[in-house]
Amino acid sequence: MNFSLYDFTSFNQWIDKFLNDNLPAFWAVAAEMVIIGVAILLFYALVGLFLVYAERKVCAFMQNRVGPNRVGPFGFFQTIADFIKLMLKELIYIKNADQLLFNLAPFIVIIASFMAIAAIPFAKGLHAIDFDIGILYVIAVSSLGVVGILLAGWSSNNKYSLIGAMRSGAQIVSYELSVGLSLVTIIILAGTMQFSEIVEGQRNGWFIFTGHIPAFIAFIVFLIASTAETNRGPFDLAEAESELTAGFHTEYSGIKFAFFFLAEYMNMFIVASIAATVFLGGWMPFHVGSWAGFNQVMDYIPPFVWYIGKTFFVIWIMMWFKWTFPRLRIDQLLTLEWKYLLPINLVNILIMAFIVLMGWHF
Amino acid sequence: MSAESLILFFIVGAFLVGFAIVFAHFAAPNSKNPQKAEPYECGIPTEGLTWLQFNVGYYLFAIIFLVFDVESVFIFPWAVVMKELGMTAFIEIVIFFFVLGLGLLYAWKKGALKWE
Repeated sequence: MNFSLYDFTSFNQWIDKFLNDNLPAFWAVAAEMVIIGVAILLFYALVGLFLVYAERKVCAFMQNRVGPNRVGPFGFFQTIADFIKLMLKELIYIKNADQLLFNLAPFIVIIASFMAIAAIPFAKGLHAIDFDIGILYVIAVSSLGVVGILLAGWSSNNKYSLIGAMRSGAQIVSYELSVGLSLVTIIILAGTMQFSEIVEGQRNGWFIFTGHIPAFIAFIVFLIASTAETNRGPFDLAEAESELTAGFHTEYSGIKFAFFFLAEYMNMFIVASIAATVFLGGWMPFHVGSWAGFNQVMDYIPPFVWYIGKTFFVIWIMMWFKWTFPRLRIDQLLTLEWKYLLPINLVNILIMAFIVLMGWHF
Repeated sequence: MSAESLILFFIVGAFLVGFAIVFAHFAAPNSKNPQKAEPYECGIPTEGLTWLQFNVGYYLFAIIFLVFDVESVFIFPWAVVMKELGMTAFIEIVIFFFVLGLGLLYAWKKGALKWE
């Protein structure tokens, strides 16, 4: 076995071979599934906990505060403490609520975000499933989360929840168009929807650089639309604290509330990963044309670090959005999508197609 | 891993939520009180029904979204094979986008994109 941080393919093959040599075929597959399931679950929980901490810290620094600083070094274990607290809080059953839908909603939001993670490539050979329709799959699955949000708001028997859910539905479906179409711009350039091939296609330069201005416009549109799709500020009308108490999850308590919270952060992680993978080269190191020495140094950094770095950079930009811009009204929100982003996107696709057709891209 | 193993992710996700809720069910305190079961609307008792008639604007946007989402399904396969098909595909998609743009323009002029 030759383990390397730069290519996980051989490591995967080694595990596969090891299990198949020592176990019957059925149990080998079962063991593989358990390993992958546990690994993804751990990763999911760790990223979720870290993102909540990061959000509070970033928010604190932007508002010239210190943020959580009591639990552990620099308050690092604050979210773990919060999580334990939420686990031990009472689950309140609401009068007249639709109990079945009310309890189903957290399952749907978490499963949607969990299944979307399956397709994301973390490093070379380090992905759960490599679909040939990767991008389409992620768009399709991650937009299932809106069903959970609508169910949560509808079943709560609370006017604030209902308004929040309706706003959220209108917002997410609208901005989903822009997310899809801005990714189409890059699919034209890449000629494939498979994540591994998209990353491979960026070996000689990330798509945001090789695709001229259309790729850059698509990146900006994707950032705005995906921020809206994950219900984050300045597009957080669905849970506008100052007008709707907490929006669609007003009536949820304890651990059920925690899952909505977790799903929001994981959705942010997913869209940031897609932005990093499709526009910023995924786990590909940063290369500059003919600077051999510089490229050598960049190659030395493991792909996993590149991937995490880019993803958290995008997440940081989204947090910066949230704490900088005031919240939009619902009419402004829909105007922005339908009268600005959508027409820009359609024209952008045509320009990109023309550039690719003429071979003007790098 | 093949696409069938998606069921694994479904199970693990459901397990994560289910386990935590069952755990909380046993670990968390549970004291019944009719006051707690009231809908939380800033402390005052709730007035009237919750499931009332709703602003039709949301419905309009959902319909327009449906139209455009179905259109975008056609754009995805085109985008993948654009490079191979060349000029023909480009001219075809220009015509397609022209029709799509007309649809958007129509909705715009009809005032369907205006919130009221």
